[in-house]
Amino acid sequence: MKPLYFLTLIPFIGMLGGAILFNRETPYILGMPFILFWIVLWVMICSLTTAIIYKLDPSNKESE
Amino acid sequence: MGIAMFIITAFLLLSVYLGIKATRGKDMSIEEWAVGGRGFGTIFVFLLMAGESYSTFTLLGASGWAYAKGGAVYYILAYTALAYMISYWLLPPIWRYAAKHKLVSQSDFFASKYKSSVLGLLVSIVGVLAMIPYLVIQLKGLGIIVSETSYGAISPNLAIWIGMIALTGYVMVSGVHGSAWTAVIKDILVFFIVLFVGIYLPFHYHGGIQSMFEALNTQMPGHAIFAEKGFSISWFVSTVILQTAGLYMWPYCFVSAFTAKNATILRKNSIMMPIYTLMLLFVFLIGFTAILQVPGLKGADSDLALLRLSIKTFDPWFVGMIGAVGLLSALVLGSLLLMNSATILAKNIYPLFSKNADERKIGKMAKLFVPVLSLICLYYALKDSSSLNILFLTGYSLVTQLFPSLIASLFKNNFITKQGASVGIMLGVAIIIYTSMTKTTLATLFPSIPSYVQDLNIGVIAMLVNIISMIFVSLVTKNGEIKQQEKQAS
Repeated sequence: MKPLYFLTLIPFIGMLGGAILFNRETPYILGMPFILFWIVLWVMICSLTTAIIYKLDPSNKESE
Repeated sequence: MGIAMFIITAFLLLSVYLGIKATRGKDMSIEEWAVGGRGFGTIFVFLLMAGESYSTFTLLGASGWAYAKGGAVYYILAYTALAYMISYWLLPPIWRYAAKHKLVSQSDFFASKYKSSVLGLLVSIVGVLAMIPYLVIQLKGLGIIVSETSYGAISPNLAIWIGMIALTGYVMVSGVHGSAWTAVIKDILVFFIVLFVGIYLPFHYHGGIQSMFEALNTQMPGHAIFAEKGFSISWFVSTVILQTAGLYMWPYCFVSAFTAKNATILRKNSIMMPIYTLMLLFVFLIGFTAILQVPGLKGADSDLALLRLSIKTFDPWFVGMIGAVGLLSALVLGSLLLMNSATILAKNIYPLFSKNADERKIGKMAKLFVPVLSLICLYYALKDSSSLNILFLTGYSLVTQLFPSLIASLFKNNFITKQGASVGIMLGVAIIIYTSMTKTTLATLFPSIPSYVQDLNIGVIAMLVNIISMIFVSLVTKNGEIKQQEKQAS
């Protein structure tokens, strides 16, 4: 387990920790209740996280 | 035949044709049949895995949950995205080991890693136990879709028969190549249809997404967020963590990683897959709009929310397109489940009873198990049985119990022994089965503890018992082994 992979912990903390704090309807963002927006935001950050790891991870440069 | 039925039939024939065409010029060994000869590129692996997350059950079930349970449904979005993200580091080592040892099933993996065919058998039983009810539910979903979109011309039972025959023939002929090709048409369809319907409905009925949610909040305050009790935040957090661990423990998901040509494909996929789960958002919107427009669907009927609202809103030809999406989703996931269960039975259980089982015979047996399994599922799908729903809900918790010993096996110095892994899985599974049969929850066990503890998913207990007993038994058996080695040395 490379230290780089621990970046994947951030979305867990952000999505789930934030859900504990922000379980509410308002303000609406992009038409969504706030809690739904919060989860959607972190779903996108999940993709961003793997994209960053992918860029930095040397194992993608070797051909397998 | 109505126009809706005509469209659905056309898509069924197209997918069968593609399935047959996909195998042309390939020697269908079991490796080719079950894991596509490990030759799939980024797009195919993506579509296979995405196909797994977009089943009929997701389409009907997720909109139905939004309809009946409200905000609790967000958990599906959360755990699929997180699970796809961790697949970045979870799947490549699994792929590498499987490719090196030419494995074709999840049970192979456990049996080979822990050098124990008994553990392989245990994993097989857990996997098939979890998958059969899931397959039955796919069939039932298929029945609902076809009969609703035929405007009652085809009864659900007849639809189940047609679906099962198509599915069986298709799986026996083409294997995983067919599933991947059907997934291509299906995903293009799902993408446009779900996106369009999910945006169109709230705008058509309420003039916008926010005004739809506001109307919902006036009529049912708090429906679109997590509840105070029951499906509360602590239920959400505990369930998301458990299911994130569980997603790739489904034997058919686990094996879809085997189909990749190399490990980089799996890493590349983990970038796009979380974003792709946002499609679920539009399924939720359909379910929420349906509460206001087709109210009064109770219990299991809430699964009809999407179809009832579509029929109310759209022309028959478009209802046919929606039906086709449902049908193809059921075919992709159904074929993967069926193929995987058959491979496990042939590869990991049959050789234990037949001494002269060679590669060719196992391949033949796998295809023979397909119609046998189909008939079993057909029986349960036609017979109305609510206990299957209980089994399905626990299917996820069952396969999740494989997670601790899988993770342990990926470490270089794995101190978990085969006994430890087996005891952990058995105890975890036993607790899951017991609690779901008796409907035990933390609230019934401990009526006086605070509600945020009561709402925790009971799977947490099973998981803790699993991990603790796994470590404890491993330490005991490891010491035994060392002593034995010392004895032999002296």
